[in-house]
Amino acid sequence: MPDETNASMPQVLTRRDFTTGRTVRWCPGCGDYSILSQIQKTFPELGRKKEDFVFVSGIGCSSRFPYYMDTYGFHTIHGRATSIATGLKMANPDLSVWIATGDGDCLSIGGNHFIHLLRRNLDINLLLFNNRIYGLTKGQYSPTSEFGKVTKSTPQGSIDWPFNPPALALGAAATFIARSIDVESKHLQEMIKAAYKHHGTSFLEIYQKCIIFNNDAFLTLTEKGTKADRQLLLEDGKPMLFGKDLTQGIYMDCACPEVIDLTDGKYSIDDVLVHDKTDRMKALILSEMTYRPEFPVPLGIIYEVEKNTYEDLTYQQIDQAVEKVGPGDMDAILRAGHTWEIK
Amino acid sequence: MSESKKRPGKSVKEVDQVTIRFAGDSGDGMQLTGSQFTETTGIVGNDLATLPDYPAEIRAPAGSLAGVSSFQIQFGHEDIQTPGDQPDVLVVMNPAALKVNLPELRRHGIIIANKSTFNTRNLDLAEWDVNPLEGDALLEYTVVSIDMTLMVEKALEGLRLTSKEVARSTNMFALGLLYWMYDRPIENTIEFIEAKFKSRPEIVEANKRALQAGYNFGGTNRLIQTSYRVSKADLPPGTYRNIMGNHAVALGLVAASQKSKLPLFYASYPITPASDILHMISHYHNFGIITFQAEDEIAAVTSAIGASFAGSLAVTGTSGPGMALMTEAIGLAVAAELPLVLVNVQRAGPSTGLPTKTEQADLFQAMYGRNAETPVVVLAAATPSDCFSMVYEACRIAVRHMVPVILLSDTYLGSGSEPWRLARLEDLPPIENHMITDTNGSFHPFEIVDPKTMARGWAVPGTPGLEHRIGGLEKDAVTGEVNYEAENHEQMVRRRQKKVDVVAEYIPPVATFGDESGNLLVLGWGSTYGAIRATVETVREKGHPVSHLHLRHLNPFPKNLGDVLVKFRRILVPEINLGQLARIIRSEYLIDTISYNKVQGKPFTTGEIEEKVMELLKETEDA
Repeated sequence: MPDETNASMPQVLTRRDFTTGRTVRWCPGCGDYSILSQIQKTFPELGRKKEDFVFVSGIGCSSRFPYYMDTYGFHTIHGRATSIATGLKMANPDLSVWIATGDGDCLSIGGNHFIHLLRRNLDINLLLFNNRIYGLTKGQYSPTSEFGKVTKSTPQGSIDWPFNPPALALGAAATFIARSIDVESKHLQEMIKAAYKHHGTSFLEIYQKCIIFNNDAFLTLTEKGTKADRQLLLEDGKPMLFGKDLTQGIYMDCACPEVIDLTDGKYSIDDVLVHDKTDRMKALILSEMTYRPEFPVPLGIIYEVEKNTYEDLTYQQIDQAVEKVGPGDMDAILRAGHTWEIK
Repeated sequence: MSESKKRPGKSVKEVDQVTIRFAGDSGDGMQLTGSQFTETTGIVGNDLATLPDYPAEIRAPAGSLAGVSSFQIQFGHEDIQTPGDQPDVLVVMNPAALKVNLPELRRHGIIIANKSTFNTRNLDLAEWDVNPLEGDALLEYTVVSIDMTLMVEKALEGLRLTSKEVARSTNMFALGLLYWMYDRPIENTIEFIEAKFKSRPEIVEANKRALQAGYNFGGTNRLIQTSYRVSKADLPPGTYRNIMGNHAVALGLVAASQKSKLPLFYASYPITPASDILHMISHYHNFGIITFQAEDEIAAVTSAIGASFAGSLAVTGTSGPGMALMTEAIGLAVAAELPLVLVNVQRAGPSTGLPTKTEQADLFQAMYGRNAETPVVVLAAATPSDCFSMVYEACRIAVRHMVPVILLSDTYLGSGSEPWRLARLEDLPPIENHMITDTNGSFHPFEIVDPKTMARGWAVPGTPGLEHRIGGLEKDAVTGEVNYEAENHEQMVRRRQKKVDVVAEYIPPVATFGDESGNLLVLGWGSTYGAIRATVETVREKGHPVSHLHLRHLNPFPKNLGDVLVKFRRILVPEINLGQLARIIRSEYLIDTISYNKVQGKPFTTGEIEEKVMELLKETEDA
């Protein structure tokens, strides 16, 4: 196609436009393959120009992600993808900036920048590949590993309490919190699109198995026989139902959530808590279900509200400054204060 | 006002230069008093240099020795290189200020003291057994003891102010008195007061009255019989202003952004003594500049790296402890071959050290403080106004070669000031970059696009057809693809070194001040410039052959440096560290040097360097 036509017409992109010729070097069966695939399937549907996408990552298995995406990419240093993406987005807000990070990269070494990214609310999409283990360093426990986990570095069991990522994100004033699973490709694609659509920092936690070091981490959540009872698929404005025939629900007894059975005649559908993604209290309750086996695992958009983005405010201040004192005049600032002439 | 030039019964004495130190409690406004005196002194046409000195604590207990803050200025009609070794005049607002500063006052110097504060409590706090204004502790000085607080109270009668607010105007009385003594107008400070306290008319009135009262007191009292006249300095023609090093850095960065047409992204985490750069640049948003107060120094440098990837002129400013945190990220910028400027306003360390005091001990850190072979261009500013030129030079090198550049300043330069002949944007050298936008199909992200500068192309996200990946993993020398091969790694290690080495081709040759060869060369870098130059000038005037060479480019060195150094029999290297440049010179050129070191959080005095120079000259003559 001649260049001039190309420039005036919207690009029609396909999955192949986002694949690089490189051999992907994750372990066979790794959950990262699915995530890569869902991203490559989804990106052409977002209606953005290919050159606008940038993937930024830190260190870890998931952080190899940019190498497999034929977009602009920056594979940086451990824990700093969030802060590098912050500078990138501020410098050019027209870019669609994505972060690929893992539970170690994002929540351990990068914990500080992570919470600050969320509170500033830059329009950046953060994909947290949470496999609850360190893969690239070969199997130590991570900040999301469950208490007591026996790993290479904790033969007697881990004595660290894990982070609860959505609760942490809420505490850090996140404006979009969602969760999905590597193997639920359709759901994951939906969440990727929702993250993209959100104007602000989108925090998408993706449960992902590490086939070598933590293969069973989310087993009950993904196995055919158990997943219906374990997955609470959230839909905005809909009651929180789960189970094979959607016969179980979340009920609020005063301030405490509990699981109810709709078949025993005691409760009806009207008793089931209705999801409202803008309700912070409900988001907190859903987040708190994370490590508690008595509750199903919430999947979907847990929380979403609109708020000014940091880069919008940054450029507003620039505009306000120009409006107030006029465009920058080097000579004027050099002469600010007192000057004197020597002849 | 200054028209009251008739000074009945008073004499006027002409002097070449004077050093004044204002000292008081942290809350006494000494920095403001000093900077006002400085501004006015610039306006009347003297050359000058200043040295603010303040404690790390914002308000140490009032009246305590720990809480003393001071501001020293030397001004004169000749070339002034330093803020002066010993004050000729010491203005003290309380007994603690006298205690701390007296040892440095010149013999027979003048003490102007606010007698009102010399009460039992303050004398105890300052550990004076007897009131020095009454005993014979100050016999060898001229003491002018004035009940300033009382006089200010009288001058401010009728204003609705608290006694605290009244007392806070006392510094203006002292300033007014010094204006009278040194024949300076008070109008500039009046304008300043009116602007600063615009919203509080009664405070404006109080400060104006106190200033005027001090000025009038000079003309009418019997304690001070002499006023001094310092004629204008012989400076090259042009428009001047007074400038502090940190402000010069800020202005230099704006100028570099304007000249290069690259948007400036300045990220920083507050740290003494570098925060003023952030404060100042944040007032220039109307230039399209982005300032970012990051959550820590790691975020500051990494956000700058992100902005550099996006095509900004990316800069971060900090001090040594912050630089330590940035170390890993600097390695990333080196590996990714991205332009980045890091300004280190050095302070005394290690660790938190003396946060408000000066030191030059981060040279090794700048040169070597990273894992692996990670060379970085290192520059150092020599004077407060030189910070403008050198930060501009740092930006120029960074984008010309696609490399990180560290600029070393320090507390002394950052908060010290001197008159500066204004730069003009059109006179500044151009800043070329290697941004590429064409899509002719042959783009390789790590291909060297210019063999002279060794720069790779700067293809920024958003450019159609140039999608590529960069990162910290070792990469192929052309394609930028991850590459773990042995030969390729060695090639890349050598390439990164060469990228720094070729910068030397762009550095002007150095020349000595004094003679081209001889028995003794004083070699310096950074903020020791003033003290060394003043000393060398003095010693040469006395007829002794000694030369001065000052380095602003520390990595790489100017190409002719070795040739210049070998022409001297002995090389003295004064440094505010334990001999870091001396060791680098020795290892680079196998030239022995004589280190002269001082690490007290203070700059060298000219007296100290002169003594050392004379000692070496004598040895050489004797030999």
